[in-house]
Amino acid sequence: MAAFALEVSGVAKRFGALTALRDVNLHVSRGEVLGLLGDNGAGKSTLVKVICGFHRLDSGQILVDGEPVSLRGVDHARSLGIDTVYQDLALVNELSVYHNMFLNREHRMGPLLNNRLMRRLAESHLHAMGVDIPDVTIEAAKLSGGQRQAIAVARSVYSDARILLLDEPLAAMGAKEATIILDLVADLKARGDVAIVIIAHNYAQALQVCDRINILQQGTITFDRPASETSVTELTDLMVAAYRTRRRDETGRA
Amino acid sequence: MSVAGTVPKPGGAALARRAWAAFVRRREASVLVVAIGLVVYFQAASPLFLTSDNLRNIAQATAPTAIVAVGIVFLLVSGEIDVSVGMVAALAPYLMHYAIDFYGVPAVPAILLALLIAAAVGLVNGLITTRLKVPSFVTTLGMFYLLYGVLLTTSRAYPVAVPEPVKGDLQTWLGAGDWASLCWCLLVVAVFHVVLTRTRWGLHTISAGGNPLGATEAGIRVSRVKVGNFMLVSVFGAFAGLMEAFRINSIDPNIGGGTRITFTAIAAAVIGGTALAGGSGTVIGALLGMFVLAMLQNGFNLIGVSANPFFLIQGIAILVSMIANQYLSRLRRTGRS
Ligand SMILES: Nc1ncnc2c1ncn2[C@@H]1O[C@H](COP(=O)(O)OP(=O)(O)OP(=O)(O)O)[C@@H](O)[C@H]1O
Ligand SMILES: [Mg+2]
Repeated sequence: MAAFALEVSGVAKRFGALTALRDVNLHVSRGEVLGLLGDNGAGKSTLVKVICGFHRLDSGQILVDGEPVSLRGVDHARSLGIDTVYQDLALVNELSVYHNMFLNREHRMGPLLNNRLMRRLAESHLHAMGVDIPDVTIEAAKLSGGQRQAIAVARSVYSDARILLLDEPLAAMGAKEATIILDLVADLKARGDVAIVIIAHNYAQALQVCDRINILQQGTITFDRPASETSVTELTDLMVAAYRTRRRDETGRA
Repeated sequence: MSVAGTVPKPGGAALARRAWAAFVRRREASVLVVAIGLVVYFQAASPLFLTSDNLRNIAQATAPTAIVAVGIVFLLVSGEIDVSVGMVAALAPYLMHYAIDFYGVPAVPAILLALLIAAAVGLVNGLITTRLKVPSFVTTLGMFYLLYGVLLTTSRAYPVAVPEPVKGDLQTWLGAGDWASLCWCLLVVAVFHVVLTRTRWGLHTISAGGNPLGATEAGIRVSRVKVGNFMLVSVFGAFAGLMEAFRINSIDPNIGGGTRITFTAIAAAVIGGTALAGGSGTVIGALLGMFVLAMLQNGFNLIGVSANPFFLIQGIAILVSMIANQYLSRLRRTGRS
C-alpha cells in the first residue's frame, strides 16, 4: 500500500510545564481531506504548527510520503510542499494585499520585486476563487475579517502545496464566503494530489467537506472515523460528553 | 461627452479630492509641506538663505546624519532602535587612524576595516537583542557606554590629525569636497529607498516590524532581518563619522557629539513619518526630516535668532509631526483612498 502523504507518529509538544500534545498519531493521503476537531485549547493549532515547522517537536516523528523528516523551520516545511493557513492568518497589516499573498514567496526580476506580476496573479487568483476584493493594492489593514481570511486561504491554496493545513479557515466567513472556501477545498480534493487537514468548530461544515474526522482531546487523538460513518449529533455528543459528565458529578456532589 | 476644459464642476472637485487623498496617503506628505514652507519663509526673511554658500552649509550639516537616518529608518521599520550609532560614528575614524598609524595598514583597507568593525558592533547589538531577548534600547544603550569607554581609553580623549595616506583625493571624495557628502547622501537615499520599497529585504523588514509573529509563520527569518538592519545602521554610522572627520580635517572624540548624531537621526526619521512601533517608514521622509532640522538651525542663525531656542523648536517639530502622523495614519486607515 502506498505511503501516506503525511503521517504523524507519537508526537509530543510541551510548553514549559504545559503539555499541549501528549501522543498524537494521525495520517492523511493524497486526495483526502481530514477534519481535525477538538475543544478550545485541545492543541489543534499546536499540532498544525509542529507539522508546518513553526514549533520543534519534543518527541515523535513526522513522515512525508513515508520518509521521516526533521523540520528545520517553516521555510524547510514549505520546500517539502507543506503550506499552512494559520489561525491568526499571518498577514502583515502594513503591506498591500498582493504583497501579503506572496509574502516570502515573492516574484522577482533581478534584485527587484516584480510587483506587476504579483499584482496580476493576485487579482486573477482572487477572481478565480470568486473573492470580491476591488483593489489588491490596498493595505491588508483595510480588509474585513472575512476578506483577510480569504486572502490567507488564497495564499496557501495557490502555493502549489501538496500538504495543506487549514486552521479554522471558515471562522470569520459569511455563508457565501464559507461556501467559496469549501468549494475550493472540494476542487483541490478532486485534483487528487493534495492532502488536506482542516480544523473546524462547525461540525456540519466539517462533515460536508471531509473524508475522515479525527478528534483531538487532552493532547491525543481519541476518535478516527470516516465522515460517512458519523454525524453532527454523534460528534456533538462526544465533544460535550466529558463536560456533561463532570457537570453531573459536580452538581450531584453539591 | 464632455471635452477637457468643459469638465463639470463636481468632476473637478472630485479630482481635487482624489489628488488630496493620494497626497495625504504618502507618508512624506506632512514633512514635505513643512520643508517647502520653511524654504519660503527663510528665503523671505533672509536673502542669504538660498545662496550656494549657505546651501553647502546646510548640505554638509545634513548629509552625514541623513545617511545615519536612513539606517535608523530601516531599523525602526523592523521594530528596533539603536542609540549607540553616534558612538560608532565617533569611534570609526579612530579605528582607521589606529590601523594606518599604528599598524601600517594602507588607507583603503583601513577604511574598510573601520566599516567592518562597525558591522561587527551592529552584529553584536542584533544578536544580543534577538537571541537574548534584551530590548534593543537597552542593548544599544549598553553598547553606547561600552564604545564610549573604548574610545576614551584608546584615544585618551585627544584629537588627532587625519592620517597622511588618506589625504588628497580620498579625503576629498569621502567628505572634504564641497558637495561630496551630499552626493553620498543622495546616493544612499536613492538606493535604500528602492531597497525598502522594491526589494525582498525591504518587504521582510516591514513584515518583521509590522507583524513579527506572522512574518515568522510565513517563514521569514525575523531575527536575521533585524540583525542585518542593526549592521546596516552601524556601518552607516561609521561612514558618517569618517565623512565628518574628513570634512573637519581632524579626528575628534566629539564627532557626532556623543548622542547628537543618534538623536538627530532618530528625530529626522520620526519627523519624516517613520513610526517607532515598526512596520512603516520612509527613507525619503527621513531625508526631508533631516533637511527640515538643518534648515531650522541654519535659518534661525541667518536671521539672527540665537542657537539656544533651536532645541525648543526641534522638540516642538518632533511633537507636532508625531501628532500629524498619528492623525494622517488614522486618515489613511479609515479613508477609502
Ligand atoms: N506559544 C505557546 N506558548 C505556551 N503555551 C502555548 C503556546 N501555544 C499554545 N499554547 C498552549 O497550548 C494549548 C493548546 O493550544 P492550541 O492553540 O493548540 O489550542 P487549539 O486546539 O488550537 O484551540 P482553539 O480551538 O481555541 O484554537 C493551550 O493550553 C495553549 O495555552
Ligand atoms: Mg487553534
